[in-house]
Amino acid sequence: MRWKARVEITLKKVINDPQGATVENALNTMDYKSVERVRVGKYLELYLAGLSEYEAGHQVEEMCQKLLANPVIEEYSFTLEPLVENKITE
Amino acid sequence: MKFGVVVFPGSNCDVDVYYLLRDVLEGDVEYIWHKESELHRFDAIILPGGFSYGDYLRPGAIARFSPVMQSLQDFVEKGKLVLGICNGFQILAEAEMLPGAFCRNTHLQFRCSYVYLKVENTNLPFTREVGTGQLLQMPVANADGNYYVDEVQLKNMHQNGQVVFRYVDKWGENSPAANPSGALANIAGVCNKRGNVLGMMPHPERAADTLLGSEDGLLIFDSMLKYLAAGKG
Repeated sequence: MRWKARVEITLKKVINDPQGATVENALNTMDYKSVERVRVGKYLELYLAGLSEYEAGHQVEEMCQKLLANPVIEEYSFTLEPLVENKITE
Repeated sequence: MKFGVVVFPGSNCDVDVYYLLRDVLEGDVEYIWHKESELHRFDAIILPGGFSYGDYLRPGAIARFSPVMQSLQDFVEKGKLVLGICNGFQILAEAEMLPGAFCRNTHLQFRCSYVYLKVENTNLPFTREVGTGQLLQMPVANADGNYYVDEVQLKNMHQNGQVVFRYVDKWGENSPAANPSGALANIAGVCNKRGNVLGMMPHPERAADTLLGSEDGLLIFDSMLKYLAAGKG
């Protein structure tokens, strides 16, 4: 099976996010008064082949722990989506 | 005694450190390509500053998986000396050889400026030549020098003397204005519990000649040389 993993990495809530604060301030200045808080994070797409759903989930989890996120300052979450064989969709 | 300077793709302070050790201090020094894993011939290893792997993902995140880093772990366990400067510090933190992690500077700028450092632990192989109460002046140059560690660990680090350098003003006061990055508790450098691995964001190799504005950085390398000469390495 082929899988598309969408990984989201954000700073932990206790970590100051100056980029988020700057974007939040810009949006407020643009009169989007509804915006209470902005957090800037990272988004990664991983295309995996030859794994069951369980194996894919297990591997992505491991990749997040080892490399993609730093547990001291970041949190991560991901979703898996099956892909049609031999076709990488956007 | 032999020094090694690790070169990752994207290191850019490697030549400065090499020049300092070979030409200024007339020491024995060799470059170590990051794919190398044989480190037995070295007494001390320096991870220089720069942008290893373009700082992609997070500074130091990819470099920490280079083959040299695996061997460096054994090197450290033998009690040998490792100094990480700027990106080198970030790599050591990513490799969990030093506590903490780095965030983007609170002002979101790349900051290149001279800072004053207070040395909180002068008993280390890296700081033993620093006089009591002596402030060191040297430059920082980074966009991700905003050091963070959680409260519990910070408390342990204080108890173990692991907070080595703090940003201070020229009167030695620990003020927010003296902090170039927003680093927690003005922390500029930390060591491991054993005291043989030091990471620092400021660049001692850029402050090793009066022509460059300061020679305070020499004290770090002098300390290492004298420690090794005394046979403690």
